[in-house]
Amino acid sequence: MARVHLSAGLRDLTGGVANIEIEASTVGRLIKSLDQMFPGIGSRLSEGSSVAINGEILTDAEYEKIPASAEIHFLDILQGG
Amino acid sequence: MMAVIEENPGYKWVGTRPIRPDGLEKITGKAQFGADSILPGMLYGSVVRSPHAHARILSIDMSVAKSMPGVKAVITSADFPDLALNGGSAGDIDMSNNVMARAKVLYEGHVVAAVAANTREQAKAAADAVIVNYEVLPHVLTVDEAMADNAPLLHDGMYTKGIDPKPEKPSNVASRVVHERGDLDKGFAEADLVIEREYTTKPVHQGYIEPHAAVADANSDGRAHIWCSSQGHFQMRAHTATVLGVSPGTIKVTAAEIGGGFGGKTVVYLEPLAVRLSQRAGRPVKLVMDRDEVFRASGPTSGTRIKVKMGVTNEGQLTAADVWMGYEAGAFSGSPVGAAGMTVIACYDIPNFFVEGFDVVVNKPRVAAYRAPGAPMAAFAVETVMDELARGINIDPIDLRLQNAVVEGTQASYGPKFPRIGFVETLEAIKNHPQYTAELGPNQGRGVAAGFWFNAGMNSSATVHINENGTATVVVGSPDIGGSRQSMALMAAEELGISYENIKPVVADTETVGFNDVTGGSRVTLATGAAVVDACRVITADLRARAAKTWDVEIDDVEWVDGQAQHVDGSQPPLSLADLAGKSGRTGGPISATASLNARGVGAAFSTQLCDVEVDPETGITRVIRYVSAQDAGRAISPAYVEGQMQGGVAQGIGWALNEEYIHNSSGVMENASFLDYRIPVASDLPMIDTVIVEVPNPAHPYGVRGVGEVGIVPPMAAVANAISDAAGVRMKDLPMSPVKLLEALNEKGK
Amino acid sequence: MSRRHITATINGDEVDFLAEEGSSLLNALRDEVGLTGVKEGCGTGDCGSCSVLLNDYLTCACLVFAPEVEGGTIVTVEGLANGGELHPLQQCFLEGAALQCGICTPGFLMAAKALLDRNPNPTETEIRYALAGNLCRCTGYDKIVRAVQEAASQIREA
Repeated sequence: MARVHLSAGLRDLTGGVANIEIEASTVGRLIKSLDQMFPGIGSRLSEGSSVAINGEILTDAEYEKIPASAEIHFLDILQGG
Repeated sequence: MMAVIEENPGYKWVGTRPIRPDGLEKITGKAQFGADSILPGMLYGSVVRSPHAHARILSIDMSVAKSMPGVKAVITSADFPDLALNGGSAGDIDMSNNVMARAKVLYEGHVVAAVAANTREQAKAAADAVIVNYEVLPHVLTVDEAMADNAPLLHDGMYTKGIDPKPEKPSNVASRVVHERGDLDKGFAEADLVIEREYTTKPVHQGYIEPHAAVADANSDGRAHIWCSSQGHFQMRAHTATVLGVSPGTIKVTAAEIGGGFGGKTVVYLEPLAVRLSQRAGRPVKLVMDRDEVFRASGPTSGTRIKVKMGVTNEGQLTAADVWMGYEAGAFSGSPVGAAGMTVIACYDIPNFFVEGFDVVVNKPRVAAYRAPGAPMAAFAVETVMDELARGINIDPIDLRLQNAVVEGTQASYGPKFPRIGFVETLEAIKNHPQYTAELGPNQGRGVAAGFWFNAGMNSSATVHINENGTATVVVGSPDIGGSRQSMALMAAEELGISYENIKPVVADTETVGFNDVTGGSRVTLATGAAVVDACRVITADLRARAAKTWDVEIDDVEWVDGQAQHVDGSQPPLSLADLAGKSGRTGGPISATASLNARGVGAAFSTQLCDVEVDPETGITRVIRYVSAQDAGRAISPAYVEGQMQGGVAQGIGWALNEEYIHNSSGVMENASFLDYRIPVASDLPMIDTVIVEVPNPAHPYGVRGVGEVGIVPPMAAVANAISDAAGVRMKDLPMSPVKLLEALNEKGK
Repeated sequence: MSRRHITATINGDEVDFLAEEGSSLLNALRDEVGLTGVKEGCGTGDCGSCSVLLNDYLTCACLVFAPEVEGGTIVTVEGLANGGELHPLQQCFLEGAALQCGICTPGFLMAAKALLDRNPNPTETEIRYALAGNLCRCTGYDKIVRAVQEAASQIREA
C-alpha cells in the first residue's frame, strides 16, 4: 500500500485531494490507477515528474517497484545547469 | 582552506590533489575548444538575426546574398521540417523555432536565416545583404508587462497550466506551480513578527568566456560529423537530429573542450544551422557566435519578481511563509520557476506555507539553465527576509537558521523526507569560522545566507579498459567542464588499486561510448562516477576469477587488495594488474567492462556563506573585503576542484548581486551586449575566497559523493545584500545593487 | 579586400603569412599561422583571452590589425614553454589548480608573464590589478592569484 502525496499544483485535476492510499506494484501502474481516479493526471505525471519513493528521488521510474507502505511524492522535472 | 571531514576511511587517491590529466594541453594552448577545429575546404557561417523584439516575418529575400562572392549556401526555416506538422512535442517545436524562427520573431536576435561563404568577411557581408520584411508587433519585456490585462501575446495557443478552473483566454503565462502546507492564517497569527517584502531581479548571463562554436561536416547522404563545445554531446546530437528531422544515428558529435557552460551550453543553437549549411554547400562549415550574439541570442536566466511574507515567534520559531514568484521564461515557456518553487524555503522546517510561481513568456531570448536554475533569485528574497526577521527579534542570524534548519527526517517543503544531509554542519562551520568574529571598520558590514540545491542523477555510461601493461583507460561521455576527468581517474585508481598516474581518462564521442545525459545538474561526479566505479568492480571481480583460474582455486579464495590478486591464506604470490593484463589472453581475453546506469541515491547539497563588505557612501560602490563559503560536498573526490567550484559560484553570485544585468531599451533591444557594459567581476573586484568543505557523506553513493557544482551560487546575492544592510543601513530589494541604485537608497535614507 | 604578405617573429621563429588587410591579428594567428592557443572571447578587447606580447607589450590581438605586426615580435602561449620545459607560471597554474575550463588560461599566462617581467615581487593587490584586464568566469581568481604569487617566488629564487 503506497501513500501518495499529490502536490497543490495538481489540485485542479484531483478536486482538492492531497493524499491518497493506493495499491500498486510499480510507479507506472500507480500512475495508471491515479489516472483512472483523476482523468488527465496520467499525462501530467508521466511527462513532467520525477518521483520520490521514501525520500529517494528517481527519474524515468515507470518500472520501479514500490516497496510496502512507501511514501510517494511526485516532483517537477528538475533542470540542472 | 579548511575541511571538516567525517569518517574518512583513509583513501589512497580519493581526496588528493594531483595534476589534472588535461592540464598540460590547457596551459600550453594545445587544447582544442569548439572554435579551434580547422578542416580542409572549411566555410565560415554567419547568422541573420531579428532587430525587432516581436514581429511577423512577411518575407525573406536571399537572392542578393546568394549571388555575392564566395557564398556557397543560404538557408531559412524552409530548409527545416515544420515539427508542428510532423507531430512534434511542444518542447521540440519550441526548440526548433528557437533555432530558427518560422512565422514570427519573438526577441531581438532571434535567428531568421543563415549563410556560409569562403571567408568570414564574405559570410558577414552576405548575411547583411539578406532582406527581411517584418511587421513589427507590440512587445512585453517584464513579468508585470506580460501579465497585464490585454498584454500583447507571444503565443496564441498558450493557456496557463496548473490553474483551476482552466483559463478561457490565452495569455503569456505558461504555467503555475504551487506548494502548500498547513494553514497560512493560523501561522501568521502565531507569529510575533511578520516581514513582508517584494523583490526584483534582472536577467543575467552565465558569462562563459568561450562563445558558442560548432564545426559541421555533412555528407550528401545525410550523415554528419559535428565538433562542438557543449555540456552534452549526446544532447547536441539528439536536439540537432530533432531539428533536422533525421535519426540521431546519422550524426556523430565529437566533444571539444568547453570554455565554460554553467548550464547555458546544454542547449542547441548553431549545430543544426551548421549541418544544414554544410549539406547545401557540400563543404564543412564553421559557425561561431560573437560575443554580441552570445548576449542577445543564447540563453540568459530569468528576470523575476518575488514577494515574500514570513512570520517568526520571539523565540525564533518560523511559523509561516507566503511566497509569490513570477519568472521570465523569455520567448518560449520553460523558466526555472518549478525548481524555484521547490528550493525557495527548502532550507527550513516551516509548518504553514503557500508557495506560488508563474512561468511567464516575454520578448527576450529564451532562458537557459544557469547554475542551480531558479534557486539563486528565490534565495535572495527569502534569505534577506530571514536576516530582517533575525534582527527584528534580536537573534543571531545563524542561530535563527540553526533553530529552523531541515535535518535528516524533516519533511521537505516539496514533499519527501530528507535523508542524511549536511545543512546544520555548514551553518556551524560558518559560525566557528574566524571571519565571523573578525573586526569590522567604518562603513563595513557582515551578512550571512544559506542555500539548497537538489543535484541530479540521470543517465551515464562508462567503459574501463585495462591495457596490456596493467595501466588503464577510463572512457566517459561527460564533457569535462570542472575537472571531472580527474575525479573519474581518482575513483578508478581507488577501485583498481593502481596509481592515478597510470590511468588515462578520456571523453569519447557519441560513437565510441554509451549514451550520457548532460554535464550539468551537479551530476557527473555522482552518476558518471558511479558508472566508472561499477565498471571497475566488474573488472576486479573478473581479475579475481582470472587469478583463481591461474592458481586453480575457487574465486572465493581470492581477494583484490591494493592492485593485486591475493589468496586469502597467502599461499600464492600475489598477481598484479600488470601480471594479469599481460597474460589476459590465457585467462579469457582482453580485460574491459562497461557500466550504464540511471543514477540513484542522489544527495542534496547545502551551502552557507559569509560576506563582509565595505560601502563607499560617496560613490555607492560596494567592495567585498572578505568571503567564506561552507558547503557539504559529501566526499570531496578532488578537493582542489571542489574548492574551485565553490569559489566560482561565489564570484558569479557577487557579480549577479552587484553589477550584472540585461539592460533593454523600450524597443526591446539589448543595450549592453558586451563585456565592457555587462560587468562581470574581475580579479581586482574580489578578495581571496575562503572555502570550508564539509563532508557529510551521501550514504547512497560508493564514495559518499554529493554534487558540488551548483549550490555555491545560491546564497551570495543575499549574503551581499545582508552585508550591505549591515554596513550602510539600507535594505536593497532590486538586483543588481549597483552603485547608482545604492547611492539613491542612501540618499533616500538620509532624508 | 586584398591579402597582404606579413613577416614577423613569432615565438622566436621568423614566420610569414597572408592576411586580409582588415583582419585582426587574432584571426591571422588562429587561421593563418595555426596558433589556436590565442582565444576569442569577445573580439572587442574586453576579456583578455587573446592576450599576446607584441613587441614586449601585453596586447589584445583582437585590437591589432594583422598588417601592423610586420617586422614585429610576438609571443603567444605556445611560446612560453622552453621546448619540453614548462615556464614556472605554467607549472604553478597546474599545481595550484588555477584553471577550470581553461579558455582564459592562455591570456592569463601572458598577462602574468608581462607582470612578472617588469615587477618580480608584486603584492596581491598589484597582481589583481595587473590581471584585471583578463576575465575568468570559472575560478573567482583566488587560485590564479595564488599561482602567480607562487611562480613569482620561484622565479625570484631561481
